[in-house]
Amino acid sequence: MADRYLEPDTPEIRARWGNFAWNPHWAEKARAAIARYPEGRQRSAVMALLDYAQRQVGEETRTQGWLPIPVMEFVARELDMPIIRVVEVATFYTMYNLVPVGRFHVQVCGTTPCMLRGSDDILAACRQRGMAPGHTTDDGLWTLTEVECMGNCASAPMVQINDDNYEDLTAERLDTVLDALARGETPKTGTQEPGRHTVEPLGGPTTLKDMVAENHDYRGEW
Amino acid sequence: MALADKDRIFTNVYGYQPWNLAAARARGDWDNTRDILARGRDAIIEEIKASGLRGRGGAGFPTGMKWSFMPKQAPLDQAGNPKPSFLVINADESEPGSCKDREIIRHDPHKLVEGALVAGFAMGARAAYIYIRGEYIREAETLFAAVQEAYDAGLLGRNAAGSGYDFDVFVHRGAGAYICGEETAMIESLEGKKGQPRLKPPFPAGAGLYGCPTTVNNVESIAVAPTIMRRGASWFASFGAENNKGTKLFQISGHVEKPCVVEEEMSIPFKELIERHCGGIRGGWDNLLAVIPGGSSVPLVPASQVMDMPMDFDGCKKVGSGLGTAAVIVMDKSTDIVRAISRLSAFYKHESCGQCTPCREGTGWMWRVMERLRTGDAHVDEIDMLQQVTKQVEGHTICALGDAAAWPIQGLIRHFRPELERRIAERHGDVREAAE
Repeated sequence: MADRYLEPDTPEIRARWGNFAWNPHWAEKARAAIARYPEGRQRSAVMALLDYAQRQVGEETRTQGWLPIPVMEFVARELDMPIIRVVEVATFYTMYNLVPVGRFHVQVCGTTPCMLRGSDDILAACRQRGMAPGHTTDDGLWTLTEVECMGNCASAPMVQINDDNYEDLTAERLDTVLDALARGETPKTGTQEPGRHTVEPLGGPTTLKDMVAENHDYRGEW
Repeated sequence: MALADKDRIFTNVYGYQPWNLAAARARGDWDNTRDILARGRDAIIEEIKASGLRGRGGAGFPTGMKWSFMPKQAPLDQAGNPKPSFLVINADESEPGSCKDREIIRHDPHKLVEGALVAGFAMGARAAYIYIRGEYIREAETLFAAVQEAYDAGLLGRNAAGSGYDFDVFVHRGAGAYICGEETAMIESLEGKKGQPRLKPPFPAGAGLYGCPTTVNNVESIAVAPTIMRRGASWFASFGAENNKGTKLFQISGHVEKPCVVEEEMSIPFKELIERHCGGIRGGWDNLLAVIPGGSSVPLVPASQVMDMPMDFDGCKKVGSGLGTAAVIVMDKSTDIVRAISRLSAFYKHESCGQCTPCREGTGWMWRVMERLRTGDAHVDEIDMLQQVTKQVEGHTICALGDAAAWPIQGLIRHFRPELERRIAERHGDVREAAE
């Protein structure tokens, strides 16, 4: 099992988050999420609501957000479910942050397909910049996590930073991306390999070449 | 003979063209879907059965047969009302090495959405839930948008695609748990709980999501269905060896010159697949050490047995491995093979849901021993002990995660035992030397 620990529920946390409530944007998203499930099955929306709550906490703290206990209690009230059922879900799924994280959550994939393509170098490059797995840098900018397979194996190694993936990395390419983020820019997402589009073989596709230039309809050749 | 482009199903797999409805329609999706549905439930299921399509999520169960398990007559709830049925589409692609459903979802999502309607109709489902893994954040955005496009065009919802059938498609995002790819764990997760697998029976076709009849299918299995219906079972069955029909998205990662995702004919020999699309093995064919042909859960195959292996269910099984999701992880001779497998053990330790003791305790135990074998800090007897423990985990858990954690280690011991012994001998030699 993943080793996960809850942040203690202190009076300070309660003072800060005890009055948590949706802002209009996330209130509308939460309403739409609950509507996706049959009447009386609103608990199915707990995963979506925890995600939205984490994102709103992130917006309020200018980080990627996390889930203090009072916020989980709010979600439990919204869905009419016992708090422990919400805590179970929040602790089971690794994308819910149980402790505060930084403005950029750098998630380096270290599973075998990425490892074979050099994820050791990627982790080393992060360490070089003062990051350590499971920690946030003192300036509050970077949180580093080594994660399990992210499903980008044909363009490995990769990192996910906040909501975007950066693939086909080398230590230098990662540095370029991180430098750009630190400057407040939006670097190109996806593959960082010059000349590669997505997951076709480098140098151009071996199949479906007609699709490169135009939206080819193959039905005429059936 | 190579698969021709005209026979490829996922023509926009590389995303050179837009994913949206207009572009998808121009490529042939949503083309008179009403006519497909007009053929009726039984005819669709018979066509899929005849095509020989086997589930693309790893286990390879015949898809048409799975659909036929859904009740023809809706069972009644306690109040005497008929229960709805559900189709759940497994987009929780988390198996290390697998990266095909991501390409379908972000570049050709309408194949999936249309497939959901066709499959859902064939099994008499009221709605489909597409469970997409939480880490696919941008991909989920595309999928939400594609579903909305289909609603706006009248292809979903009431009288879907003008068929007279009411059908909804909903997207549900996961939040980072590999185990939710197991079908009953996925159902638990959809109900808003921890994703811990259920005991079977009852099987989902009897009592699944919300206690209603449910079928769980992989993204690729669903997304190929409309094309099979349009081109006919015999077209699909003209590819691949007997019992292994069709085309398939292969995902090649690791030490090839050009890793990629590519749609090919089933049963294509391994060497041909790599030569044709991946530019060969890094450092040449003599540099190949071993291959994991179907994602992390299947045992590795050493280079000597893999060259002519047909990339299909039976071909991989013959050499003691499995096709799984056709996620081909290639390792050349620079690989620390023990570390490569030990890293997979760490993965399973991380992803065990904690419900069954043999898996919860066993995955951690196996990983710790693997780490000692990696450095050679072990006794030779421990290799056999580890083998025994994998046998005690395998088959003694509710779901197959325990098996999946055991098999890579068994494969390593089967094929690389001398390497394990060499490391132990070397390490002990070092220790003796240091003592002297």
